[in-house]
Amino acid sequence: MSGFVGGLVWGLAGGMLIALATVFGVWWERKVAGRIHMRIGPQTTGPAGLLQVPADTLKMILKEDITPAQVDVRVFRLAPHIVFVPVAMSLTVIPFASGFAPLNTSIGMLFFLAVPSLSVIGMLLAGWSSRNTYATIGGLRAAAQMISYELPRTLSVLSVVVLAGSMRPLEVMEAWRPWWILANAIGFLVYFISSIAEVNSIPFDLPQAESELVAGYFADYSGIRWGIFMMTEYGAVVAASLFGAAVFLGGWRWLPGAFGVVLFIALTLLLITAIIFVKWTFPRMRSDQLMTTAWKILTPMALVQLVIVGVIVPWM
Amino acid sequence: MNIDELRDHLCGQYPDLCPLFSIEFGDGTLQVECRGLYDAAADLKSLGFDMLGMVTAVDRGEHFEMVYRLTSREMSVGMFLKCLVPRDKPHTRSLYDLWPAALWQEREVYDLFGIEFDGHPDLRRIMLPEDWVGHPLRKDYQDERIIKRPDYI
Amino acid sequence: MSLQIEEQRQTEGPDGRPRQELVVNVGPSHPSTHGVGRVVVHLDGEVITKADMIIGYLHRGIEKMCENRTYLQVVPLTDRLDYVGSMYSNWAYCRAVERLAAIRVPERAEYIRVIVAEMQRIASHMMSIGSAAADTAAATLFIYSFDERERIIELFEELCGARLTYNYVRPGGVAFDLPEGWTDSVLEFTKAHRKALDLMDRMYFGNVIARGRLKGVAVLGRDDAVAWGASGPVARGSGVDWDLRKHDSYSVYPRFDFNVPIGENGDAYDRARTRLLECYESCSIIEQAIEQMPTGPHKVEGQPRLIMPRAGDAYDHIESARGSLGVYIVADGSPRPYRVKFRSPAFCNLALVPKLAVGHTLSDLVVVLGSLDPVFGEVDR
Repeated sequence: MSGFVGGLVWGLAGGMLIALATVFGVWWERKVAGRIHMRIGPQTTGPAGLLQVPADTLKMILKEDITPAQVDVRVFRLAPHIVFVPVAMSLTVIPFASGFAPLNTSIGMLFFLAVPSLSVIGMLLAGWSSRNTYATIGGLRAAAQMISYELPRTLSVLSVVVLAGSMRPLEVMEAWRPWWILANAIGFLVYFISSIAEVNSIPFDLPQAESELVAGYFADYSGIRWGIFMMTEYGAVVAASLFGAAVFLGGWRWLPGAFGVVLFIALTLLLITAIIFVKWTFPRMRSDQLMTTAWKILTPMALVQLVIVGVIVPWM
Repeated sequence: MNIDELRDHLCGQYPDLCPLFSIEFGDGTLQVECRGLYDAAADLKSLGFDMLGMVTAVDRGEHFEMVYRLTSREMSVGMFLKCLVPRDKPHTRSLYDLWPAALWQEREVYDLFGIEFDGHPDLRRIMLPEDWVGHPLRKDYQDERIIKRPDYI
Repeated sequence: MSLQIEEQRQTEGPDGRPRQELVVNVGPSHPSTHGVGRVVVHLDGEVITKADMIIGYLHRGIEKMCENRTYLQVVPLTDRLDYVGSMYSNWAYCRAVERLAAIRVPERAEYIRVIVAEMQRIASHMMSIGSAAADTAAATLFIYSFDERERIIELFEELCGARLTYNYVRPGGVAFDLPEGWTDSVLEFTKAHRKALDLMDRMYFGNVIARGRLKGVAVLGRDDAVAWGASGPVARGSGVDWDLRKHDSYSVYPRFDFNVPIGENGDAYDRARTRLLECYESCSIIEQAIEQMPTGPHKVEGQPRLIMPRAGDAYDHIESARGSLGVYIVADGSPRPYRVKFRSPAFCNLALVPKLAVGHTLSDLVVVLGSLDPVFGEVDR
């Protein structure tokens, strides 16, 4: 029973964390994008526009929750939650500080990679139940893309696992050494690129493709259901950045105690900013180019990385 | 090339078209019978008029006047090709075979004037909905929504 | 315009087996149709097997409305044709009227017309490049190019008070003379604009993903471009060396020294880049025109408000940002035109969509549309 209560508490805490991270992440993205565009970004809502996102959220909650007439109502309403929950779950295995990960499981590394990809089911359901050609195409694109980029992403994380000799994130962090950054450089690049694809950000935002599919699989959603999709997206960006900052860049291992945690947050912010920079700089790819990138470039790169850590590093 | 050189060139190549050629406002015009329109257009195309710039019609009461504007890149000159089609069951041959540019332009003339083009592959309305009644650019087109401006001048 | 749409279509695949195609209705309200165009595409997987371009959602009957107005009253209507390049429609219409009524335009007015037309070309191309980039999700270039456009619009606002529908070029000259110090602002702009163009060139046309998206998409052969009546950057991107400013020179263009950029492959990349390179040439034309500009009246003195040309018909054309924009006027001796026809380049270019889109993916459809740069006010009239 205590496990259930504990899970509930951690689940609520994870949800709050995602909500907070989203609030901050959206604000940060709008500020950074504004600077890239030679403008200021949100500035009138609260200090430096910080309350812009809560205000937007309030607006979304107050908006009419439209369910179009042609949709499969139950699936349509369920789909946003199926998308959201796995991403929230994935945050639980992240090693936030020395000896502290909400869910300290022996398959944590696998858990982080496997669980968020369950949200593709929600995307498919959202696209399919909308009975809208744009949404259907968006859902199918999402499925193809998530499955394709799962492989190089998993392979790139595998090289860290090989070096650490453990799948438990806390043990990986304990075993982490600064020279891993060099040894895992290719793997980190693959992880970064395929994470952008996993979170459906430009240049890999084909499932949403505003200019082609209007909004892809959530084209028919409105109000807070639409907000859940957007929140999930930012939650996924935050989760991918946290995990990358921890297992690839060392997170809190560089400095002792609370300083380490601050550094960890700073590194995460750095990765989030990098994703935002890519998003507002690059155009979108085409579906065939997307697949080519996954299978012909990233997967071989991840395999090369695995060879480096599995064969070359032990010799040295 | 200026317009007089064009006339000489045309008369040299196709003497039978020569008497139909006239000059107005600095533009050459070839007025033909609609039966011979396609052949005249083919002749002009082989003369070097490689672009069909404009296809339109003018409501001349008894007749509709078809107006084609042809341009030659090589001679840097443009000219009109005109013919009269009767108002009763107006139809003429499509120039789509010579210039695919006629595809949409003839559809527009069909839509707004009701002139049919024989041999056109896709003769549908283009500007107006398919269930629209009448052809608005005809002078006798009636619609209660048209506001007649007072005749001050 | 067609109203019915099928959901699915049974066809036969290349192997002879029946297959189901998905019919996707793109538009008329869609982020990437650049207005209110509609394309009904038949998809096999993501590949377009058939595309039907449907227009007419912005048909206002301007040609019919012209028949009911005096020659001067038509000028504001021409603003509403190509709402990204109002100066062109004004100018083309005025040239046709001047030809009919035998009005000789003062030299200063011709220079002012050239300057505003070339600025309009830059503004229009900035809009085209920016929105074509936004179609491929390059939002930053969109903002940068609209920033450039905004500066021109501000200059136009100073010139004639309007930001979009200028109604500036009138039969017999232009509406107002240039404001004090306006040419200096224009020269400052052209200087800064060249740098912005360099930046855009590096940023978008040098980007590997953008090249991958644009190169080899919507290839239009040189002969096809001529036969389909394409003009402007669409034809020049395909290697057709045809620019009315150079090859059927009008106004004072023969006095300027400029190049006509030509593409090689006729794909979306060449078309977009041709537009970018044309902006450099426009900057140079503006500078030359300001340097050579004579003093004198900006419109014909004693020009009557009511123009009554003798009966007859006249056609005149100019090179607009989208291609050769022609105006055909039939006069019957009354104060109103008997018939006005606008030969719109965007209309002729847009007829290529069904031809160009087939065989590409749905993602490329927006690139095809963006590379043709339609303005639906002009397409539908």
